[in-house]
Amino acid sequence: MMLDYETLRLIWWGLIALLLIGYSVMDGFDLGVGTLLPFIARTDEERRVLINAIGPIWDGNQVWLILGAGAIFAAWPAVYAAAFSGMYAALLIVLFALFLRPVGFDYRSKIDSPIWRAIWDYALCFGGFVPALVIGVAFGNFLQGVPFHFDETLRSHYTGTLFDLLNPFALLAGVVSVAMLCMHGATFLLIKTTGALQQRAWHVARGAALATIGLFVLAGWWIATGIEGYRIVSIIDPNAASTPFGKEVIRETGAWLSNFLMHPWMWLAPMLGLSGALAVLLLGIRRPGWSWLASALSVSGIAATAGLAMFPFVLPSSTHPSHSLLMWDATSSQLTLWLMLIAAVIFIPVILFYTSWVFRVLRGKVTVEQIRENDHAVY
Amino acid sequence: MDMDALVDLSRLQFAFTALMHFLFVPLTLGLSLLLVVMETLYVRTGDVIFKDMTRFWGKLFAINFAMGVVTGLTMEFQFGTNWAYYSHYVGDIFGVPLAIEGLMAFFLESTFIGLFFFGWDRLSRGQHLMVTVLVALGSNLSALWILIANGWMQHPVATVFNPETMRMELTGFTELILNHVAQVKFLHTLSAGYLTGAVFVLGISSWYLLKGHDTEFARRSFVVAAAVGVVAAVGAVVLGDESGVYVAEHQPTKMAAIEAEWHTEAAPAPFTVAGIIDDERMQTDYAIKIPYALGLIATRSLTGTVTGVHELVEQNAERIRRGLKAYALLPAMRNRTATPGERQVFQRHVSDLGYALLLKQYTDDPLKADDTIIAKAARSTVPPVAPLFWTFRAMVVIGFFLFALLAYALVTARRGTAWRKRSLLRLALYSIPLPFLAAELGWFVAEYGRQPWAIYEILPTGLATSSLSVADVKASLTAFVLMYGALFAVELFLMFKYARLGPSALHTGRYHFEFQGGRS
Ligand code: HDD
Ligand code: HEM
Ligand code: HEM
Repeated sequence: MMLDYETLRLIWWGLIALLLIGYSVMDGFDLGVGTLLPFIARTDEERRVLINAIGPIWDGNQVWLILGAGAIFAAWPAVYAAAFSGMYAALLIVLFALFLRPVGFDYRSKIDSPIWRAIWDYALCFGGFVPALVIGVAFGNFLQGVPFHFDETLRSHYTGTLFDLLNPFALLAGVVSVAMLCMHGATFLLIKTTGALQQRAWHVARGAALATIGLFVLAGWWIATGIEGYRIVSIIDPNAASTPFGKEVIRETGAWLSNFLMHPWMWLAPMLGLSGALAVLLLGIRRPGWSWLASALSVSGIAATAGLAMFPFVLPSSTHPSHSLLMWDATSSQLTLWLMLIAAVIFIPVILFYTSWVFRVLRGKVTVEQIRENDHAVY
Repeated sequence: MDMDALVDLSRLQFAFTALMHFLFVPLTLGLSLLLVVMETLYVRTGDVIFKDMTRFWGKLFAINFAMGVVTGLTMEFQFGTNWAYYSHYVGDIFGVPLAIEGLMAFFLESTFIGLFFFGWDRLSRGQHLMVTVLVALGSNLSALWILIANGWMQHPVATVFNPETMRMELTGFTELILNHVAQVKFLHTLSAGYLTGAVFVLGISSWYLLKGHDTEFARRSFVVAAAVGVVAAVGAVVLGDESGVYVAEHQPTKMAAIEAEWHTEAAPAPFTVAGIIDDERMQTDYAIKIPYALGLIATRSLTGTVTGVHELVEQNAERIRRGLKAYALLPAMRNRTATPGERQVFQRHVSDLGYALLLKQYTDDPLKADDTIIAKAARSTVPPVAPLFWTFRAMVVIGFFLFALLAYALVTARRGTAWRKRSLLRLALYSIPLPFLAAELGWFVAEYGRQPWAIYEILPTGLATSSLSVADVKASLTAFVLMYGALFAVELFLMFKYARLGPSALHTGRYHFEFQGGRS
């Protein structure tokens, strides 16, 4: 017994959204901590406090990204192929920045030299900041459409350059992403640190939360008034074979708002994005755990807003709008979606279960004294 | 032509990044198993030296593991960035094991690895052992799923071509995971990993013994490594032989190349040990042969034969011609305008469609290909013989050598004489690079031997790339070489530093450099 194609396609849109939100929430805070590392922490020991606050967990968090890529490969092979090869340079920049993290965390404190450690501190900062920025920029471009098309053998051709990606709206999206992940990282540090370090984290969290609110509103206003969205003008058969040729699409300013107008419950997502950041300001340093949770909701709300605005588009094409990829026509076969759904339903709860166990075991503050005592056992 | 340059560069980049990844993978696989063995000994005996062993080898494990993650990240994205048409064409099947690997293996491995290092004071002994077991389980499961993916590329099962979506689609999950090529690959690669870990620990322990540092620590590590290593070496050799049988069965072109079998020889055919191979003239000069051995090795019988290169080229020219019949009907099938008769013709020949696609490398319109072009494409179905012939033999020689070394080490260690045999200890030390080398050679045999196919008999490598510019891939390949080169140098530096320091790195106050007041 298999679910019908249409339902499976819809579920997979939800699952991939879930994985990408999982990534922004889980790896988001350690990217944020990485970005803030040289600025919040001044001495070597303070930096080690920050590094050890995320040291034992960042690797598991990063798997959300790996799984996101794997799931897109399996469920939306056309998107995996067209998006990753089209945005070749951008994706490689993210990868090269991410390379610095596994080695940075592990190797930094293995040599007792200030220069060595300073190099890795900035490498970790770079490894947090660049992915946060470029992933935001990528989403900014998805919202505007990307210049690609297919030939009749379904080979994708990308006709833009790296510099096209760096347009003003996309850069704004990149800055939103950096601001929100800095907020998220700083609220995590509220939980993990004490004293002056915690105070500094709170200053950053406050500033980043304000910036997130302001920039997110600005981006929303820009989308409503200045960015051409995409609209399908032909009938879509959600059960048809997966090829991008069966539809007609036009570009239209404000089209990304139409989902919200048709389904008012969707406003929940941007509301969550804003109110989460507001709640961070209110809860602040007194309730660190709740602040982090509020920040997590804000991050989820912001990511969900972009996804819902575009639904059912996944990767719109700016040069050949009708070749845009939809969650209806870019999926793998019904059998594959079904099998992968079974795998996801079994394993995602298991993952959540043991991840929360590990987080519980590792709970508690990290202090300079602990670092001194365990000089050779910690990062 | 630009297209060829793009394909060559993409292959070079894939080969470079994959071979880099596989410098670190076998040690992760092998050491994680050894850590489980050592920690189990600690939990069962309560002897703290086993705990120190687990922690010290764990430190080296961590240095290696970081690079495994760095290089693995690239692999996960590279199918999309550089092999976009491949991803489109087979993502429906290939993506499945890759995604399950993430769900089942990477999360396990990466979530618990943090606890392995940071959990010693937070967990009970039993709990910590469980964490170590889960890390090892994660890395083994990761190997399982990725090799199911790779096994499918080598021997594509459970799949059917869909002309409307222009791609291969999955027909059954059980068949995909029970693909016996994948299973043999998994076991052979796993034993290669365990062997690598064992030789690594054996070699470094031998160095401490040679120096006379921390001898008790080194002896125990030596014994554990030798015991695990002997079993792993037997596994690598036996399953390597088994891999060969499957290659003979499913990938005749690879087999012919590995064995330099230019013409089918009547059973019982001789096995060529060495010779001067001439790919141009398609013959081997000064061949040294063992009578009867080829059939025994490749098919386990005295009556089986290995089809020769000439015969395979002829057969494959036929398959190209048959494939063209399906190729001609593609547009009609795609637009659903084919008549029932045409559909039948298409279905009869679609299994040779991949062969027709081979022509795309030589002509824009395969339907217009003449006999010379078909002959050229058919010739390309057999990969270059000389590189495969030699890399295969090198891997096998290393396999037998390591088995002998480990067996001798184990026997003498049990007799208590190994510690005095300085030449054995030195040999063990210098053998550390050999299993890494064998594993790289093995992948070369498997992947280069698969050429010209990305998916065997289905998708030619030449068609599998992304539509990138040559400049893009040149830039990225250069960046990979520089970045991986630099990080690898740092990794080696730390690895040597900590290996030299030995268990003193733990600062327990029990080991060599701590007595002399030295500091790390
Ligand atoms: C036989 C084993 C094997 C093979 C053939 C491969 N890998 Fe691998 N991979 C591992 C065995 C492994 C491992 C042992 O599980 C690693 C090595 C070190 C590590 O951290 O885990 C790993 C790490 C690793 C990571 C990082 C995971 C993490 O953060 O924990 C990724 C994303 C990949 N691999 C992806 C790939 C892909 C896409 C491959 C194929 C092209 C591939 N690997 C080949
Ligand atoms: C880490 C272990 C691996 C190593 C060392 C390895 C090695 C290689 C090498 C040397 C090549 C280049 C062959 C050539 O172009 O001449 C290659 C190509 C390739 N391999 Fe592997 N491989 C590994 C794992 C895998 C796995 C697990 C997969 C798939 C799951 C895979 C898929 C490919 C693809 C798609 C290409 C490029 C297309 C081609 O050249 O055929 N490889 N690999
Ligand atoms: C007598 C010893 C050995 C024999 C007969 C043997 C045989 C083989 C064969 C036939 C293949 C190709 C399989 C294919 O193309 O699908 C292969 C691949 C491989 N070998 Fe070996 N091998 C031996 C020893 C070793 C050793 C000692 C190592 C490493 C320590 C090793 C590592 C590998 C790896 C990593 C691969 C690629 C994965 C695979 O295809 O299974 N082998 N081997």
